[in-house]
Amino acid sequence: MAQTERVIEMKGITKRFGEFKANDNINLNVEKGEIHALLGENGAGKSTLMNILSGLLEPTSGEIYVNGKKAKIDSPEKANQLGIGMVHQHFMLVDKFTVAENIMLGKEKHNYGFMDDEGAEKDVKDLSDRYGLTVDPSARIEDISVGMQQRAEILKTLFRGADILIFDEPTGVLTPQEIDELMDIMKKLTDEGKSIILITHKLDEIKKVADRCTVIRRGQSIDTVNVKNTSQQELADMMVGRSVSFKVDKIASVPQGPVLEIKNLTVKESRGLEAVKNIDLEVKAGEVLGIAGIDGNGQSELIQAITGLTKAESGTIKLDGKDITGEKPREVTETGLGHIPEDRHRHGLVLPMKLEENMTLQQYYQKPFSKNGLLNHGKIKEFAKKLIEEFDVRTQSEESTAASLSGGNQQKAIIAREISRNPALLIAAQPTRGLDVGAIEYIHKRLIEQRDNGKAVLLMSYELDEVMNVSDRIAVMYDGKIVAIVRADETSENELGLLMAGVSLEKAKKELAGKDIKAGTAGAAGAAGNAENDGKERATVANDETE
Amino acid sequence: MLTTKQSRLSALLIPILSVLLGFIFGALLMLLFGYNPIDAYQAMLMGVFNSPYFIGEAIRQATVLTFTGLGFAIAFKAGFFNIGIAGQLLVGWVAAIWVALSFPDLPRIILLTISIGAAIVAGAVWAGIAGTLRAYFGTSEVIVTIMLNYTALHLTNYIIRSVLTTGNTTDMVSENASLSVGWLTTLTQGSRINMGLFIAIIVVFLYWLFMTQTTAGFEVRAVGLNPDASTYAGMSAKRNIILSMLISGGLAGLGGAIHGLGTFGNLFTQSGLPSLGFNGIAVALLGLGNPVGIFFSSILFGVLDVGAGFMPNRAGVPDEMADIVIAAIIFFVGANYVIRLVLDKMKSNKTAEKGGE
Amino acid sequence: MDIVSLLQLIVSSSLVYAAPLIFTALGGTFSERSGVVNIGLEGIMVMGAFMSAIFNLSFYSTFGAMTPWLGLLAGGVIGILFSLIHAVATINLRADHIVSGTVINLAAPALAVFLTRAIYGAAQTGPLARSFGFSDIFLLEKIPVIGPIFFQNTSGPAYLGILVAIIAWVVLFKTRFGLRLRSVGEHPHAAETLGINVYLMKYSGVMISGFLGGIGGAIQAQAIHNEFGILTVAGQGFIAMAAMIFGKWNPLGAMGAAIFFGFAQSLARIGNYIPIIQDIPGVWLQVLPYLLTIIILVGVVGRSTAPKDLGNTFIRSK
Repeated sequence: MAQTERVIEMKGITKRFGEFKANDNINLNVEKGEIHALLGENGAGKSTLMNILSGLLEPTSGEIYVNGKKAKIDSPEKANQLGIGMVHQHFMLVDKFTVAENIMLGKEKHNYGFMDDEGAEKDVKDLSDRYGLTVDPSARIEDISVGMQQRAEILKTLFRGADILIFDEPTGVLTPQEIDELMDIMKKLTDEGKSIILITHKLDEIKKVADRCTVIRRGQSIDTVNVKNTSQQELADMMVGRSVSFKVDKIASVPQGPVLEIKNLTVKESRGLEAVKNIDLEVKAGEVLGIAGIDGNGQSELIQAITGLTKAESGTIKLDGKDITGEKPREVTETGLGHIPEDRHRHGLVLPMKLEENMTLQQYYQKPFSKNGLLNHGKIKEFAKKLIEEFDVRTQSEESTAASLSGGNQQKAIIAREISRNPALLIAAQPTRGLDVGAIEYIHKRLIEQRDNGKAVLLMSYELDEVMNVSDRIAVMYDGKIVAIVRADETSENELGLLMAGVSLEKAKKELAGKDIKAGTAGAAGAAGNAENDGKERATVANDETE
Repeated sequence: MLTTKQSRLSALLIPILSVLLGFIFGALLMLLFGYNPIDAYQAMLMGVFNSPYFIGEAIRQATVLTFTGLGFAIAFKAGFFNIGIAGQLLVGWVAAIWVALSFPDLPRIILLTISIGAAIVAGAVWAGIAGTLRAYFGTSEVIVTIMLNYTALHLTNYIIRSVLTTGNTTDMVSENASLSVGWLTTLTQGSRINMGLFIAIIVVFLYWLFMTQTTAGFEVRAVGLNPDASTYAGMSAKRNIILSMLISGGLAGLGGAIHGLGTFGNLFTQSGLPSLGFNGIAVALLGLGNPVGIFFSSILFGVLDVGAGFMPNRAGVPDEMADIVIAAIIFFVGANYVIRLVLDKMKSNKTAEKGGE
Repeated sequence: MDIVSLLQLIVSSSLVYAAPLIFTALGGTFSERSGVVNIGLEGIMVMGAFMSAIFNLSFYSTFGAMTPWLGLLAGGVIGILFSLIHAVATINLRADHIVSGTVINLAAPALAVFLTRAIYGAAQTGPLARSFGFSDIFLLEKIPVIGPIFFQNTSGPAYLGILVAIIAWVVLFKTRFGLRLRSVGEHPHAAETLGINVYLMKYSGVMISGFLGGIGGAIQAQAIHNEFGILTVAGQGFIAMAAMIFGKWNPLGAMGAAIFFGFAQSLARIGNYIPIIQDIPGVWLQVLPYLLTIIILVGVVGRSTAPKDLGNTFIRSK
């Protein structure tokens, strides 16, 4: 980059939602051909800022310059015209449409209003060839892989002539290997002269691809730094505003007898296909068993079968020695199961109901909360107050609706409810999704505490860091099967990544050994292939690379 | 606490403003067609309130509306749209009259109990069909209840003509199946007001008790607000769908019994579905699902219904005007987003002014 | 009665009863494909029936034999106007789609009878000046065997409906407008980010449904009842919605389902001429279409094919 050229300049951007300032005087400069990371915790204001840039929101005050010219971006259409395109975190794709239809929508190829499907598919093919983004133009979105869906989403912006691409948390749904591919694509795009804004809270991704990084905290831009000269630890501290440790403090586990025993379990998903294929699994008292895997490899169906939400096709599930196969959710809960569901809004809480009612959502029919079918509101309130205090749930009152709480406090309320029943097995599915670092630390601590109290914990997460840090053992799911069970302290991110992509344990070990040798001989060039999993070590490796 | 009181107040504002806007809309329409709206509304209100007889009639109408309104409301709370209230009321009416005609000589208390009981069961079964199909097959309860409405209509007319009599009107039920209360009739100068009023007040109380104080009511509310989370928490969505539809239909059937035994004392062929069923939907929506609110909405609509009868003669306005006003009121209740928006704007302007002081 | 004339009777009366359903079901398809549930189609049919009756009685002297056909347009136009209430309520005012539809269904009969009284001084219009009657379909009537059964003495509006269904299919699945309309019913926020005017598309869907629903009502009045009164429509709008679901939100499917329901309804009228069926008590033939609708809905369980964002209020990101 000889002469830097500012393609985006956002000056003093403020966005208010009522009393709340989501963005408070934020400044952001993006130069041509760079990958500029936007780092911040969940809720820091990154998405708001990018929604402003892509025309979905209008700022309360502040100015935006695109290619040096002052711009008023009041619609997505306008953003398109200015060459700004967004690759959304939740893909903005119509499932029932083909790839080509999705890419062309709004700028369709047509003859007098009649769709020219063949022409459109050819154009998409040409475009995908040009950028090396392989897609099948005539395939329906609902039938293709998440990776291809993302490529379609990227092509959508390129088709509209975007020069500035915003990637909103693009890696959440990808395997480590797919992430590497995406990183390559991003680099290739900048080589073509495109500029990229990468929204993320993952430090290693920033270290891998970004040139510069702007850190946002509580709606304010803290600093813009050169990524090469900044360590992961420094980035993390800037993001959170205090010194953070990524390691979860925990003593070695002391596993005892099995609490959950699954044998030959097969589960079908709603369309009748086998989602869980003949698996065996055991979770012992006093251990956290993590389930790693890409979204959609049978994890959700496995949990639904254990909790009684879906009927098992065949096989047996035993909880605390009792056969619970085919039991209804209530019986399973009563046998000793706590469940922190994946989607807290849809499955964890009844948002318009009072917090106290949510706190007793599974126990309202039991004593002392009711007697002979009549509720005892006093006891319900008393119980809710106790949990609110014990678990530090921040709320105006126990009579506030669950909807009025922040995401972190909603999750705390669910955890309070589930742990308070003292279940033999606690299932935590994506328990920290969308939460800030403070809440994440708290929840991890509670899960470990549960383990230390001699209970069993089953943790399902798509975040590898989380699975590796909290679990004692890790079961990797791929295509409905458990491909390997490894010890958390003996595995690596890369090994898990290969396992998650369906590579067998044996092969994965071989491949990694080969890479290590290569990396050793070729110097530090292969940072991406490195096997270290400790946050600090990774940071130092990356630092070495800069020299 | 202050905030909940305030929000309660603004919750009350929406139905009140909706009623006002509904009447204003009706007035504009009348002006458009050259009628005098003041004459029309005056005829409606004076017609009712100047005569104890018509006050009694309005309350009688309101009584039945309370049942149909509560019936719609409980299904609505559970997340279902029971448009079949009219049909359920009709089968309740048929059942009550059929039983009352079959055992005319049973003691009053027993005859009334079994007649009303039969009506409740009939209404519950009729709605239960839709609930069961929804629970087990995911079939849209909206369309099923509507189809069952027309089925009920045709079957009713068939039963009257081919089973109960050979004509279009059944015999009157015996004294023992009458709901009339002597002193109430005298007080209202011979109106058809009846003990349904007391049953309605009791049912309003029971409805409140059920929804707020029982575990079953807790479940119905939870399932209605979030069926997924309720299922995760171990409740049976299916059971609650069916239960709420059974209660819903049972209440409509009860309304049918009160209408049949109390208002008419017989059954006659119908050319269309009873409007009491559809107006029950309006009553429930206006009452915002609150049992006391439903009771008061019923009285308003009872007055509208009965008062409408005075408009053609005294103001020359067709009595369908009342139904148009009712529809307009519900339009504004449904589109309350706008009312809220305006109220919020006014409120924020006020606080801004205060802040400026 | 010989077999050909029996078949002709069955086919033609099925088509007569199917015609209003075809149009209205197609209307529902457009509305729901854009994501708006329109149970107000029943009310819209009532208004269409009312308007066409007025038109028919008022303009017969001017237009003569063309009057019922022009009456369809009159019904369609009032249908558009009435559907605008639903559009404003659900799209701009964020009303629940079913509540708003219910309002239309409460308001339409009341308003139509109110106006009928205001104009004619009675709750019914009385017999219309000219009804559709039966017509032969040009040229096709001449085909041997098939011609007499399907194309002679049959329902003109039904064949128009079949033509419109084919056009509707092309519009929905082969044109830019159709793609955009469907995108709004599936994923309005995706459409919004691509610069598609979501509100405009939803308005288009609802207004087309108003136009077609109004025509459906106009056929009901001018081809079946030959007058307008409170009982003219009596549930046809709801049966049309069921036909739309049975047809899986596809215009051709909806048309097929509508013809099937037309057949079921016609049985109550022509059952007397058909062996076996003539022995079934009339009441069962009367309730048959309704029960059949329920049974078919249970069998179809069409939820999975419904537009994904159906019934939700679209709120702009801003």
